Formats: sequence, structure tokens, C-alpha cells
Amino acid sequence: MGNLFTIIIGAIFINNVVLARFLGLCPFINSSDKTDKAFSMGAAVTFVMTMASFVTYLIFTYLLKPEAWLLVKLFGGTKIPQIGLQAVLQTAVYILVIAALVQLVEIFMRKSMPALYRSMGIFLPLITTNCVVMGVALLNTSYARVELSLLEAVIQGFSAGIGFTLAMLLMSGVRERIGLLNVPEPLRGAPIAFICTGLMALAFLGFAGMG
Amino acid sequence: MLRDLTKGFFKRNPIFVLMVGLCPTLATTTAMKDALAMGMAVVAVVTCSNAIISLVRSVIPKGVRIPCYIVIIAAFVTIVEMLMKYFLPLEVNEKLSIFIPLIVVNCIILYRAEDFAQKNGVLASVFDGIGMGGGFTLAVLTVSTIREVLGNGTFLGLRFSTSYTPMAVMTLAPGAFIVLGLLLAFFRWRALRKTRMAPAQASVPEMPEAQEATA
Repeated sequence: MGNLFTIIIGAIFINNVVLARFLGLCPFINSSDKTDKAFSMGAAVTFVMTMASFVTYLIFTYLLKPEAWLLVKLFGGTKIPQIGLQAVLQTAVYILVIAALVQLVEIFMRKSMPALYRSMGIFLPLITTNCVVMGVALLNTSYARVELSLLEAVIQGFSAGIGFTLAMLLMSGVRERIGLLNVPEPLRGAPIAFICTGLMALAFLGFAGMG
Repeated sequence: MLRDLTKGFFKRNPIFVLMVGLCPTLATTTAMKDALAMGMAVVAVVTCSNAIISLVRSVIPKGVRIPCYIVIIAAFVTIVEMLMKYFLPLEVNEKLSIFIPLIVVNCIILYRAEDFAQKNGVLASVFDGIGMGGGFTLAVLTVSTIREVLGNGTFLGLRFSTSYTPMAVMTLAPGAFIVLGLLLAFFRWRALRKTRMAPAQASVPEMPEAQEATA
């Protein structure tokens, strides 16, 4: 239980995906100018990321990593299970899984939750090329510092999504205020957003001591 | 043809002007060595994928072209990843860690495939890939030079002065955001000044297009 708590705090504050790991900056800069837009994007990313963590973890443990169960079953006598398919297939498999998942979520939401789909709809297809989803999937599996269990991986994916939403919401609050100010012309838009993000990241550095 | 090669460096620099592929620009620029490795990886992937996509562009059905591009790009990313694991020292690989496989979701690559390679010939696409990759390399090198010199007091790993006290914050996350913000503002200022000085042939600053590209 304490372990899960550490993972949650770590993923939301200490290693915030945007402010400490530099993942998902394109949506962070491009859809953080209005609070409701920022929230929809954050919710969509959190949802897809939780599901992607679950699926990619299963694929990694049972199919890709060395001595994986399915590999031993399929190619028992050969050298393949010793090496694993991780180096060859991981990138392609992960991106296809995420793309398929986004497509599924989109179809499902259009059919069953039309209101939510309309508010989130346009952001969904963009999530495929959002590096935050694939980045967290990689950090959960082959790039993990310590090997995670399935529950821990899903929790980490979900908390990273919450951290992303938190950063988006904070940023949109700041940017709505900036919109009312007279910013020098070259700084308007993305440049001032980046400088504010830098100041926010400075504040988040304070959490680093907690690790 | 030559313009395809050169436009990526300054006029349509993917980072500073088009603002695509920002994540690796910040994450891999604490040291110039890492930035150079990252830039080379992107040049290799974008050039090869542009060439192949341009070659097979008439064969791929329009409806499923994006998944096809992604698979082609993923193949080259895997090759580059394996080569880098084999040839580069361990500490560079550890610094770049997830950002090499993440080239597959880097907007620059897919943007060039969709915007250039599927409409143009092989040679032009290769030049475009080299130009855009070169522009990316130039951008990461600029950011990493500033961060390494200010934050670590070194240039390509060599200490240049004993009396300078490094600003450690530059090598951390906040420094990266602030340096990139100021660089973007500088390029915006230059573009604005140019349009103001030549109002007759005023080309609108390329911002609206950039928004589209990243959206």
C-alpha cells in the first residue's frame, strides 16, 4: 500500500510528466489557453494512458521480454525466448497498440457517451501522436528502474495522467490571466507560455527533495 | 531542389518557426554530446522514412496511409535505436533513454511524411529530410550549447574557465523551458522585424501555419 502511495505521489508531483520529464509538450502548449479545453485534453489523455499502461504491460510481460511465457510456448527449442522480441518489435507494437486503443475509445465514446464525445472528441485522435502515452508505456515496462507489477503499472499510468491534467490546468489558469495583459509582441503566445512553464517547473523542483 | 535542403535550417526551422517536436528539444539538451546524438538520430530517421514513403506513395491507399507511415517510421526508429545501443557509450544512451524510441511519435517525422514526401519525388524528399533533420539538429545544438555553457561551465565537456560558477538550474527542467521560451521569442522578433522592414512584400509571419501543424 505504501509502495502504491509512493508511485502516485512520484508520478504526479516529483516526476511530473510535463514539468520534469518533458513529455507531451505539444498539447501542453497548444491546448492550454482555455481551462475547459485543458481539462478535456487532460481527461482524454488520462483515460487513454491508463488503458495503454494495462495493455502494453501485458504485451511486454507475456510476449516481448526475454523468457516471456508466450515466446517460450511458441518458439520453445530455439534461441528466440532467450533474446526476447523487445529490441525488434517494442516500438512498432506499442505505437500500433496505442493507435488501435485510441480508435476503439473513439468509437465506443461516440456510441455510448455522445455528450462527452463532443466535448473531448477532437482531442482523441491527436493523442496517438502524443509522446506522453508512449513515454509512460515505455517507463512502465522496459525502461522501468525497478520491475513493476500490473497494478503498479496501471496506477503509475493513471497518476501520470493526473499529473498531466494538473499541469494543464495550472497552465491554463496562468494563460487566461496572461491573455488580459499587454505582453510584448515577440513574446506573445508560446514564448511567454514556455517562460511561465519554466517558473512553474522551478516550483515543482521543490518536490524533488521528497524522492 | 536546393531550396528543399536549405529551408529547414532557418526559414522553416521545425523547432523555432514551426514549433513541432519540442519534447526532445528540451529533454536531451543538458549536454551538447547528447544533443548531437539525438539530432543525428532524427536526421537518419526522417531522411530514410521520407525516401521510403516517397517511393511507395502511389501504392499506399489514401485511407490507411497514416498507419502505413507509422509502421515505416517505427521500423527505422528500431534500426537507429539498435545502432545507437551498439555504437554509442552507455552514458549517452542512458541520458537519451526513452527519447530514442519516442522519435516514432515525434511530430516532425509524420509531418514531413504527410506534408512533403507523399507529394514529391524521392530525391526532393531525401533533401527535405536532411534539411528538416539538420534544422532540428541545429536547434537542439543551440539550446544545449546555452544550457551546457551556463549550467555546467563547459563547452563540449571542456571546462573553459575556472572562475565561472555554473548556474545549476540551467541543466534542470526550469532552465530548459526558459531558454527555449527566450529563443522562440528571439526568432519571432526577427520575423516580425523583417515583415516590418519590408511591408511591400510582406509575408505574414508563419505563425498560423505553425499552429495548424502542431494542432
